[in-house]
Amino acid sequence: MALIIDESTVRHVAQLARLAITDAEAALYAKQLSDILGYVAQLNEVSTDGVPPLDHPQAVANVLRDDEPRTGWTTEQALHNAPRSSRDCFQVPKVLDKEGA
Amino acid sequence: MPTPSALEIAANVRAGKTSAEETVRAALERIDALNPKLFMLLSVARDHAIDQARAIDRRRAAGEPLGVLAGVPIAVKDNLCTRFGTTTCGSRILENFESRFDAHVVERLHAADAVIVGKANLDEFAMGSSTENSAFGVTRNPWDPTRVAGGSSGGSCAAVACGAVPLALGSDTGGSIRLPASFCGVFGLKPSYGRVSRRGLVAFGSSLDQIGPIARTAPEAALLLQVIAGHDPRDSTSVADAVPDYAQALDRPLTGLRIGIAEEYFGDGLNLEVRSAVQAAIQTLAKSGATVSTVHLPHMKYGIACYYLVATAEASSNLARFDGVRYGHRSEKVSDIHEMYARSRGEGFGAEVKRRIMLGTFALSSGYHDAYYLKAQEVRTLIQRDFAAAFEQVDLIASPVAPTTAFPLGEKSADPLAMYLSDIYTIAANLAGLCAMSVPCGFDRGGLPIGLQLMAPALDEPKLLAAAHAYQCQTDWHHRNPTG
Repeated sequence: MALIIDESTVRHVAQLARLAITDAEAALYAKQLSDILGYVAQLNEVSTDGVPPLDHPQAVANVLRDDEPRTGWTTEQALHNAPRSSRDCFQVPKVLDKEGA
Repeated sequence: MPTPSALEIAANVRAGKTSAEETVRAALERIDALNPKLFMLLSVARDHAIDQARAIDRRRAAGEPLGVLAGVPIAVKDNLCTRFGTTTCGSRILENFESRFDAHVVERLHAADAVIVGKANLDEFAMGSSTENSAFGVTRNPWDPTRVAGGSSGGSCAAVACGAVPLALGSDTGGSIRLPASFCGVFGLKPSYGRVSRRGLVAFGSSLDQIGPIARTAPEAALLLQVIAGHDPRDSTSVADAVPDYAQALDRPLTGLRIGIAEEYFGDGLNLEVRSAVQAAIQTLAKSGATVSTVHLPHMKYGIACYYLVATAEASSNLARFDGVRYGHRSEKVSDIHEMYARSRGEGFGAEVKRRIMLGTFALSSGYHDAYYLKAQEVRTLIQRDFAAAFEQVDLIASPVAPTTAFPLGEKSADPLAMYLSDIYTIAANLAGLCAMSVPCGFDRGGLPIGLQLMAPALDEPKLLAAAHAYQCQTDWHHRNPTG
């Protein structure tokens, strides 16, 4: 099943992951990810019919705490590492254009 | 000259025979001498450490009781959040990040009066097996500076191996404590999943990550594990089971202990010197009263393939938080918010992190999820079942930690898959949630350390520590040090 990832698939995946990559990176990752996926294809040798997936090594259950007020972070703490902030908010480039589209 | 053990330091500081400040200043001097050559630490917490040490000395002078790690200098991996200094994860994207809270394990260290003297180098976001993926420089192996320290907790292990500090904390997602412990000739323990709270550990693979102790000896590692283990309501995956007395477990006799060996760990690709050192170590344990028998782990060989889908899928999700909004690097060359996300991440992450984010994103993406991610999770079940069946017959499984000793710097940098295969013997313990450790068990002809891996079922750390301690009582590998 050795699926080979081509550069256009790499660019699509990078877009999904919100990663800006260069053309040189796209070519390199196409080769390297194809090698890795070729290796992981050995999983297809294993019959897993009727085997449940394991997403956690322990039996886990949701853990709830009592719904009681408690002290959280101050605005100053929350904004301490923000690259840009303004009027006690995180500042980002505009999300909507002038027409409000 | 070997530094005093953590136990000796704490006893002397508590008894007033030595001050925490002079102990910490001596550690800082060793770091100043060694760090330019080996680059174990990304940052040295000089002022923080001296302030902490003085506060400990003042409390002793006032007659207050001191903690079990009183005055012990310790390095913590730089993916553990500290309120002092920076927490960079070895990444440009967090180069200036200042955590506003301490990780749970950092709180525990402070409560035990340990003194954190620096943040240890690592592969970026703990993704790597050599500590060559740090954005800020490569950690060198104290036994041979032309070779890697192993990774990703290479800085933590090198700092203990070169004698700068007696203790360090690392994290282990697929072998990141045990592999560098093996390459650097120190003791490294990956606790069972959930034994130590992950609160404040920057997440990589959340179903795999564990924080663990690095030391020269089993008693020192037992003491550090005692301090950091236990339930924490802020990590809902931390287990509620009572924490046993690890120091007391050390002297348990090995009589009747059942050790398993699996041929899957001794196959092609295993260096012959590593094989014979590990086999000799197993014989030493047998002479102490353990019995040795064969077990089978037929799916172990699929561990790497399984891991590099599961861990990267989890990483691609965990690392989505680095978007240039709340913290971390933000690209300034952008026209809209989508470009800001993509460029901030593209500029901030290094090559291996990008590779893993893309691999994980691909494995989770529409059309590929079932064939890759789901298949890997099903195989993970089979790997866990193999170990459960083996542990019905034996108490511990013994194996090499790695197929080779430390390899030369740069040897595997251009071939990600070759680098991944360094973790072939360590990864299954994370997939199955076991506890496992690396114990120094010899040297190859080139003078490079070799590690014995012992694995046990979840929460059986006392058995691991007892076996390691019995072994270390009969061998002197851990007394050798790279400076001669």
